[in-house]
Amino acid sequence: MEQSKKNKGRNKPMQLYRKMSFTEKVVTLFTKQWQLLAMSLPFLALVIIFNYVPLWGWTMAFQRYRPGIKNIFDQKWVGLENFKTLFFVDDFTRVLRNTVSMSLINLVLGTVGAIFLALMLHEVKARLFKRTVQTISYLPHFLSWVVAAGIVADGLASDGIINVVLKNLGWIDNSIIFLQEANLFWGVIGFSNLWKGIGWGTIIYLSAMSGIDTALYEAAEIDGANRYRKIWHITLPGIKATIVILLIMNVGHLMNAGFEQQYLLQRGPTQQVAETIDIYTLKWGISQGNYSLATAAGIFKSTVNILLLFLVNALAKRVGEQSLV
Amino acid sequence: MATRTLITHKKKKNWSLENVLFTTLNTLFLIFIAVVMLYPYVNTIAVSLNEGYDTLRGGIYLVPRIFTWQNYEAVFAMGNIQIAFVISVARTVLGAITSVIAASMLAYTLSRKEYILRPFITILIVLTMYFNAGLIPNYFNIRSLGLMNSFWVYILPGMVSAFNVIVIRTYILQLPESLVESARIDGAGDFVIFLRIIMPLAKPVLATVALFAAVGAWNSWFDNYIYNSASPHLTTLQYELMKLVNSTTSMSQSSSAQHGVGVNESTAAGMITPKSVRSAITIVASLPILVVYPFLQKYFVTGLTIGGVKG
Repeated sequence: MEQSKKNKGRNKPMQLYRKMSFTEKVVTLFTKQWQLLAMSLPFLALVIIFNYVPLWGWTMAFQRYRPGIKNIFDQKWVGLENFKTLFFVDDFTRVLRNTVSMSLINLVLGTVGAIFLALMLHEVKARLFKRTVQTISYLPHFLSWVVAAGIVADGLASDGIINVVLKNLGWIDNSIIFLQEANLFWGVIGFSNLWKGIGWGTIIYLSAMSGIDTALYEAAEIDGANRYRKIWHITLPGIKATIVILLIMNVGHLMNAGFEQQYLLQRGPTQQVAETIDIYTLKWGISQGNYSLATAAGIFKSTVNILLLFLVNALAKRVGEQSLV
Repeated sequence: MATRTLITHKKKKNWSLENVLFTTLNTLFLIFIAVVMLYPYVNTIAVSLNEGYDTLRGGIYLVPRIFTWQNYEAVFAMGNIQIAFVISVARTVLGAITSVIAASMLAYTLSRKEYILRPFITILIVLTMYFNAGLIPNYFNIRSLGLMNSFWVYILPGMVSAFNVIVIRTYILQLPESLVESARIDGAGDFVIFLRIIMPLAKPVLATVALFAAVGAWNSWFDNYIYNSASPHLTTLQYELMKLVNSTTSMSQSSSAQHGVGVNESTAAGMITPKSVRSAITIVASLPILVVYPFLQKYFVTGLTIGGVKG
């Protein structure tokens, strides 16, 4: 190790400790690297305690868990019964449909919206105007969903701004009570998500656009390309890799349709279409005390997320785009 | 640079009809976006500064019609809001500080290629971004750790964020390796290198992480709801607002109407309505962050770009 510090080769230290035996590694760790150990172990402990220890609780999904019995092995093991209940007895399929639908709506609206806004911002030459619009567009991202849900509910109320505008345009005669309409709920979620996230979403696309070689634009101009052609043939291909990476990351979160916005915006008539997996878990777990069923739903969610992540990642590799994992 | 070269090129045909039309439409579109982003919040400010019963007549858009501080006075006179404000500030400040310390220390050790535990810890940290034990297992875990009804449940579980660790690590890896090497030859240990060399250079990314952590802490209410709802002395602003939003926007739901009654009682003295009080709390619960973020813009844009693409 002493040598590796003097050697400036980047991979030297790694090669060195690969050759070490286990005992040598342990000795090095406690003699030469104890400071690194001291700086990382306390936080590693936190990660294990709060992220890995709770995985133990997944056993509940395979039991008919009853509170009060202390030893986890004294519970009654029921195999996959809870998962069967989830799909064949309870209306979990409805919850699943809600989750996937809202997730896809959010993904499509959010991605297309952010890319479009980024393209438009990229075309602005006046720097002050561009920066001002950008700063303002980040505002909703910094609001909590509690605040945002209150604002959305106010805007969509019978005397809210949306109804006022629609009436003044002459498109409707009577106010629409948006939040009480079950068939409008997914749209409300989609657009409030778009409102909250579109500005923030542009950040990564804009930075990818600023990395595009300006010579390409100049060459295109000499060839007589107009603005739309330059956007289509240079800017969009230039951010293709970024789009793919972000899509992969987001598809890995397909089962996270969100919890807060649905929970806070749902009303009596919309509950059937508002319930996502997370709300379902909360309902069964905390309110009804059916821990086993709630945990089974949670496991299903995590498993699908990870499977999707690997699937999309493999697909992206195959079509020759950059991959994540 | 990119824009500058383009401008010089454009000058020749800047006034072609197509260009003028595009620029005009684009500018109008962006102004529309800015208005949509800004209006709802400005409207809430206007309502919060308008006399409560007058607001019910409708027609408050950008400015208050009958100006008053009554709503804010009423809000700050509520005992639970005073407590909530203190707790929210405390968890935000402490949460941001501890998150920055945790993420920067871990990130530094994970940037040292010679560190034997580096691959192992990296995998453990990155994996936490993609799975979650779930609500119930986490609840049981927190309960068995004795963190129910405790202030620490706001700080400890979220202290190490994988995203923040990766953002800082990526930033440190971009710094010239020779800085660390020459310090080592001078006999400096990792503590000294971390504190004296890496930390001062990493200030921009630390600001980013501090902002992310502070926003997360200030805006969260679910941990309060799940773990601390039985402890009124540990309540937060977002949770108090959540209870109000749930009660005043869903009057038809009888179960939550009780909260609304509470509001009316405590504010019956003035010309105050649940809506005006809710607007005032909304502003109190969001303005502190909205005042800060524009000044940190260049930091979080860099931070997000580093972490978002390479994470």
